[in-house]
Amino acid sequence: MIGMFKGYLEKLGESAGKFVTSTGLMATMLAQAAVYAFTPPVKLRNIFKQMEFVGVQSLFVVVLTGTFTGMVMALQSFNALKRFGAESLVGPTVALSMARELGPVLTGLMVTGRAGSAMATELGTMRVTEQIDALFTMAVNPVKYLVVPRIIAGVLMFPLLTVITDFVGVVGGYMVGVRLLGINPGVYIGRTIDFVQVSDIFIGLEKSIVFGLIMSLVACFNGFYTTGGAEGVGRSATSSVVMGSVLILVSDYLLSSFLS
Amino acid sequence: MIKIIDLKKRFNTRRVLNGLNLEIEQGKITVIIGRSGEGKSVLIKHIIGLLRPDSGQIFLDDMEITSMKEKDFNEVRKRFGMLFQGGALFDSMTVAGNVGFPLKEHTDLSDDDILKIVTEKLRRVGLVNVEEMMPADLSGGMRKRVGLARAIVMDPEIVLFDEPTTGLDPIMSDSVADLVLDTQRVLKTTYILITHDIPFTYKIADKIAMLHEGRIIEQGTVEEMKANQNPIVRQFLEGRAEGPIKVY
Repeated sequence: MIGMFKGYLEKLGESAGKFVTSTGLMATMLAQAAVYAFTPPVKLRNIFKQMEFVGVQSLFVVVLTGTFTGMVMALQSFNALKRFGAESLVGPTVALSMARELGPVLTGLMVTGRAGSAMATELGTMRVTEQIDALFTMAVNPVKYLVVPRIIAGVLMFPLLTVITDFVGVVGGYMVGVRLLGINPGVYIGRTIDFVQVSDIFIGLEKSIVFGLIMSLVACFNGFYTTGGAEGVGRSATSSVVMGSVLILVSDYLLSSFLS
Repeated sequence: MIKIIDLKKRFNTRRVLNGLNLEIEQGKITVIIGRSGEGKSVLIKHIIGLLRPDSGQIFLDDMEITSMKEKDFNEVRKRFGMLFQGGALFDSMTVAGNVGFPLKEHTDLSDDDILKIVTEKLRRVGLVNVEEMMPADLSGGMRKRVGLARAIVMDPEIVLFDEPTTGLDPIMSDSVADLVLDTQRVLKTTYILITHDIPFTYKIADKIAMLHEGRIIEQGTVEEMKANQNPIVRQFLEGRAEGPIKVY
C-alpha cells in the first residue's frame, strides 16, 4: 500500500517536473524570439515564406470552414428565433457569433491542425536528423532562423485569416438566411449593420493575434525539442495540435472574460 | 591546437566522459576511435559547443571555450566546420543552397560569387553539376560529399567529422578516406574524426586516440597503435568479441 502510494507520488512529481521544465523552456523560447525578432539582420525572405505557408496555404480550409459555419449558424438560429418571431435577428446573430467567437476560434483550431502540425513535424525532423545542430555549428542561431519567422507569420496571418473567415461566414449565413429561408435581404443586412459594431470585429482580431502566437509557439516548441526519432516526430505533431487547440480554447474563455 | 583537460559529462545517472584529457595538434588528422556509445559524439559536441561539460576545460589556442557565452562561442564556431553522420543537409534547400548557406549567413558576397565558391568546393569533393539537385535525390556517399563541401566552404581552421563512413560500402569508405586526405593536405586544416572504422583510420590518421569508459586510454601514430599491447586496444583494433571489453 505504502509502495503504491510512493509510486503514485513519484509519478506525480515526475509529471510536475516535466510540466515546469516545459513551461520554462517555452517561456525562454518566447523571450528569445522576442529579442531576436528585433535583432538585425532580419531575414524578410524567411518571414514571407512562412506567411505564405501559414496564410495563403490555409485559405482554402478557412474559407470552407467559415462558409459552412455561417450557413449552419443561420439555419440553427433561424429555427430558434422563429419561435419568438425574431427571424430578422438571424443576420446579427450570425455576424456577431462569427466576429467575436467563431471566426477567431475556428481559424485558430483549423490552422493549428494544418500549419501547426506541419511546423512541428518539419522542426522535429530537422532536430532528429541533426539539421538544427548543423545550424548551431554554422554559428546560426536556430531560434532566430527557424522560430522567429514562424511566430511572426502566426501573429500576422491569423488576424487576416480571421477577417476572411468572418466575411465568408457572414456571406454563408446570408445565402442560407435570404436565399433558402426567405428572410428579406434588406432586413437581414440592415439588422446586421444595426447590431454589429466595429469593436466586435476588433475583439475577434485581438483574440486571433493571441491564437496565432499560441499556435506557432507551441508548434515550434514541440518540434524544436523533439526526441526519439521518427516516433518522436509523430508525437511532437500530435502534441502541437492537442496542446495548441486546448490552449486556444482556454485562452479564448479568458480573453472573452477580459475583453468583455 | 586544442587541449582538453579533465572533461566530465554525465547524462542523468550515466557518466559518459570521465576526466578525459587529449591534445589535438594543429594541421594534423586526429582520429578518435572507440565503441559505439562510448561518448565519441559527445566529445566532439563539446568541442564545438553543442554541449557544455559538467566540469573540465577545452582550450582552443589560449582561449578557454567551455565557459564562453553563447554569443562569443558563435564567433569561435566560425573557425569550425562539421560533417554530420547523415550529412544533416537542409531538406528544403538545393545542394547549392546547402553548401552556400554559411557564406550567405556570414558574408556580404553576391549570389554569383557564392555560386562560384560553391561550384569550386563541390568540384573539390568530386561532384559536378549537382548544384540544383535536392538532398533527397542524393545517394549516401553524395550526401557525405555535399556535407563535407559545406563544412569546408568557409575555409575553417578545424573540421570535425562524426562517423564519416557509417552506412557506406567499403569502396565508398575508401573514397571518403581519399577525399579527407586530399582536402586536408591542400589547406593543412586540423581534422578531428570519430569513427570505429579501423581500415579507414589506418589510412588517414596522423594520430589515433582510443576512447574507453569516458577516458582516452591510449594514443599515438598508426604504427605506435598497431604495436600497442594494451589488451583493450588490441581487442578493438582486431575486432574480437573475446577480451577485456565486454559485449552486452
